[in-house]
Amino acid sequence: MDYAFFIEVLVGGLLSGIMYSLVAIGFVLIYKSSGVFNFAQGTMLLLAALTFVSLTERMVNFWVAFAITLMIMVVLGIIIERTVMRPLANQSLLSLFMATVGLNYFLEGLAQGVWDSAVHGVNLGISNDPIFLIDKFPEMGLDIIVSYFDMAAAGIAGLMILGLSLFFTFTRTGLSLRAVSDDHLAAMAVGIPLSRIWAIVWAVTGVICLIAGLLWGDRVSVSFTLTSAVLKGLPVILIGGLTSIPGAIVGGLIIGASEKLGEIYVAEWIGGQGIEHWWAYTTALLFLMVRPTGIFGEKEIERV
Amino acid sequence: MSSEPILSIKNIEVLYSRVISALHGVSIDVHKGEIVSLLGANGSGKTTTCKAVSRLLEAERGEVSKGSIEYKGKDISNLTAFDMVKAGVVQVLEGRHIFGHLTVEENLLTGSFIRNADTASVKKDLEYVYDRFERIRTRRKNLGGLCSGGEQQMVAMGRAMMARPNLILLDEPSMGLAPQLVEEIFEIVKTLNEEDGVSFLVSEQNANVALKYASVGYIIENGRVVLKGDAKELSDSESVKEMYMGGGGDEVSFRDVKFYHRRKPCMV
Ligand SMILES: Nc1ncnc2c1ncn2[C@@H]1O[C@H](COP(=O)(O)OP(=O)(O)OP(=O)(O)O)[C@@H](O)[C@H]1O
Ligand SMILES: [Mg+2]
Repeated sequence: MDYAFFIEVLVGGLLSGIMYSLVAIGFVLIYKSSGVFNFAQGTMLLLAALTFVSLTERMVNFWVAFAITLMIMVVLGIIIERTVMRPLANQSLLSLFMATVGLNYFLEGLAQGVWDSAVHGVNLGISNDPIFLIDKFPEMGLDIIVSYFDMAAAGIAGLMILGLSLFFTFTRTGLSLRAVSDDHLAAMAVGIPLSRIWAIVWAVTGVICLIAGLLWGDRVSVSFTLTSAVLKGLPVILIGGLTSIPGAIVGGLIIGASEKLGEIYVAEWIGGQGIEHWWAYTTALLFLMVRPTGIFGEKEIERV
Repeated sequence: MSSEPILSIKNIEVLYSRVISALHGVSIDVHKGEIVSLLGANGSGKTTTCKAVSRLLEAERGEVSKGSIEYKGKDISNLTAFDMVKAGVVQVLEGRHIFGHLTVEENLLTGSFIRNADTASVKKDLEYVYDRFERIRTRRKNLGGLCSGGEQQMVAMGRAMMARPNLILLDEPSMGLAPQLVEEIFEIVKTLNEEDGVSFLVSEQNANVALKYASVGYIIENGRVVLKGDAKELSDSESVKEMYMGGGGDEVSFRDVKFYHRRKPCMV
């Protein structure tokens, strides 16, 4: 077996996995704060990327377009809290979930109504050249090549994850979020304003969607198919649990690595093409057989 | 009492889900610096009364459909749960409702957020809470969910104190605790009341201890206040003794009481 090649595939997988982690964190934040799975996340991602591309296509400067889109996503988060979350606050979780389904179709219509449904290319200006990660021992065949873009994308996603983790670990908002996630009623009883937590969380998710949408869009173009990018987040939360940010990070890395390794080493055994669509889910299911609660899935704390 | 009450519940009716009637005519006054106990059996409406005041009723799809509630002379019907805590009214929930995955200290900290205070002043309040609730000082780094029932009750009360409240709505603090611990909890209530000037509305099934520490008691049955009076008089009154405190001395649980004849209702 060619170890250098194996490591190269593994590193490539881990790098793309960081992106999956980022998308999964979007799900985790909303689930933690309101107990609902956000069906609309894929469309939020498309909306963000499409808005950015459409602005740059209209000759808006790159950073101006980025700032405008960022603002739109934050405001959108606040509007969603006002118009969807707050009125449904005391309704069943099923109504809330159905509301995110509705939101999904609304945003889809909005994105394609305001902009269009064509396929756009994004160029973030990050080169796609290969770089040598390790080239010290070429005589031993230990040169490992990864794409510069993958490195940069993983770096950006990683920084964002780091920032979010610090924010939600060390700030009052972070502690409030964890409190809300533990016990809604108790959080209200001590005067934690649920609506403010929701607004922050939806706004942050909007920003995550923007970053992920752009990085993904650069790789595969911005069109309706971008909404399926979040499907990569689902196996991640199967593994990491819906309530754990560290779980989402590790889960993303596992799925990313398994996906690339599966493509190279498993695909030929089981009929080749198309494995990427389901291999990640298989990994997640296999994982769940071993650890039904996921990696960091919150253990029920119960005294007997 | 002659002074204006800090809390005045005026003949309220409460509906859940717009149709289920839980309270029909509850009036309670709490004066500044007073401990008032609200006694009643399961399902009589104690929790509902507390939640009507703390505005947590909304989260349970309940509403005050008639009557009014005034805090410091102002109608609270337009306030949210957040506003009430901000104004100094905090409910300590029945069953404690500790944040299980947060440490004891983090639990306490959540109570302070409402004040937007600086770190130094929050630190001071933490120390103060640990002074009052010595038992949880050594547990500060433990997860809330792993504390014993008594410790959890103290964390819940300490968490409420972090908001520097004027009035605490204490819902069934004795639930599931050994008699000795119940006394200890009520001793702390007394200290918070006497030394820190916090007023209390305490809902209880344990009439013995609740009347011992309160100055005024209300007895609620099927969503109605059926008896009100001086705590001392209530605990001496024959009918209350007989029906709620087991007359002869061995305690009959409140939970078993189904009927009783109001031989001499004080006032309603
Ligand atoms: N969320 C709810 N929806 C509908 N009905 C409710 C709800 N909460 C309470 N009730 C009803 O309101 C009445 C009063 O209940 P409440 O919880 O206030 O009683 P309680 O005195 O606190 O009882 P316990 O001692 O068991 O805590 C009961 O008949 C109960 O069934
Ligand atoms: Mg109750």
